[in-house]
Amino acid sequence: MRTNLADYECLTPGSVREALEQRATGRKLIPIAGGTDVMVWMNDGHLGKVGKVYQSLHALAGEWRYVKTDTEGNLRIGALATYSDVRHHEDVKKNYPMLVHSAQVTGAIQIQNRGTLAGNIANGSPAADTVPALMVYDAKLRLVNASGERVVELSEFFTGYRANVLKEEELISEIILPKPRFAADQQYYRKVGTREAQAISKVVFAGANDGKGNVRMAWGSVAPITLRSKKTEDAVAAGAAADDAWAILQTEITPIDDIRSTRDYRLKVSQRILADFLGKVHQ
Amino acid sequence: MTTNITFQLNGREKTVQAHPMARLLDVLRQDCSLTGTKEGCGEGECGACTVIIDGRAVMSCMVPVCQVHGSKVESIEGLESMGADGQTCLHLIQEAFIKCGGAQCGICTPGMIMAAVAYLRQPESAPGGVAEALEGNLCRCTGYTRIFESVKTAIDRMKTGANQSR
Repeated sequence: MRTNLADYECLTPGSVREALEQRATGRKLIPIAGGTDVMVWMNDGHLGKVGKVYQSLHALAGEWRYVKTDTEGNLRIGALATYSDVRHHEDVKKNYPMLVHSAQVTGAIQIQNRGTLAGNIANGSPAADTVPALMVYDAKLRLVNASGERVVELSEFFTGYRANVLKEEELISEIILPKPRFAADQQYYRKVGTREAQAISKVVFAGANDGKGNVRMAWGSVAPITLRSKKTEDAVAAGAAADDAWAILQTEITPIDDIRSTRDYRLKVSQRILADFLGKVHQ
Repeated sequence: MTTNITFQLNGREKTVQAHPMARLLDVLRQDCSLTGTKEGCGEGECGACTVIIDGRAVMSCMVPVCQVHGSKVESIEGLESMGADGQTCLHLIQEAFIKCGGAQCGICTPGMIMAAVAYLRQPESAPGGVAEALEGNLCRCTGYTRIFESVKTAIDRMKTGANQSR
């Protein structure tokens, strides 16, 4: 059943400052960036479970819609940059191929033209397609409120299923990726879904190896949150064989049966992705 | 709670009074009486409600109307134009859909055409070509072959110089 909108309020701040001041009043405001998650809840009649008052960030685009490389070589993705902005950006195409790949397999072009990477993170779905790639690139998030800001590691942002460290008065203002350090052929991204477009992942994985002892492996749809399998990373960095790495990975991921797949299928696919990854990067 | 939202709709300024989170789809169909834009799934999966905002294809069931304030919105009704003889002319892609049998029941057609128009204007938006440009649009009748043929026919006609003004 569709939502009766009269029951809901939506604020439309015109600037970052105004948005943060509204959040500082202590009201719980659900941010709307591209709307590609919120509008689904609205259409499904589930808006009430999420919140009563919404805050459209669209008018903040002049301040927060950008993708750029800073003077230190870090990539900065503003909170209102869309999947399309990111996947077509020259610096991203050159230095962060898994980000291009993950944005390109998110929804379809119409979704990519509205949805934002910061929204993908804040929504907190463990099936988010871009989050494993961002984690492998050691992404950090800048969180701002009316009086200041802090920077947190994306790999430490999620605290449980759709739960994170963001406070009510805060917004994600940008995603920061350290300068690239993985060779192109040492990066591996794989999404397994029902079809190529418009699918929500059954398993999604990003991994990379810099050949200097730094291995990154991040998994989606196999745990309550997108997570880095740090024990498996260490084992792979130390030269573990596929079977040994798989034994360790099984202690880190906890897939379940749900509408999109089964625990057994997800385990089997995870094992195969792991073997494929290890076969493609040098150890 | 309603608010005034002003945007350019098919080239003309339009102001509507609506809840900020009203779906652009509903505002187009109900407030603007433009029923060419169709609702299929209502959750961003099928593409039937595709319109173009500021040059980019989007699903109008997922756009809260407050977010089009100050934007240029184009719906299927905006594609036809007035010819030199005073008669209405269809867009070349609409003609291609007719010629190639790209439309059957018609529910997906306006969305297919709007996604295709965005691609024709900006081919770099879909490096994977027509299949990628239309990956967000579902059709349950045609099996897609004739839709792809329609879009390719329109591309060929553009290349041969027909209807260059668009």
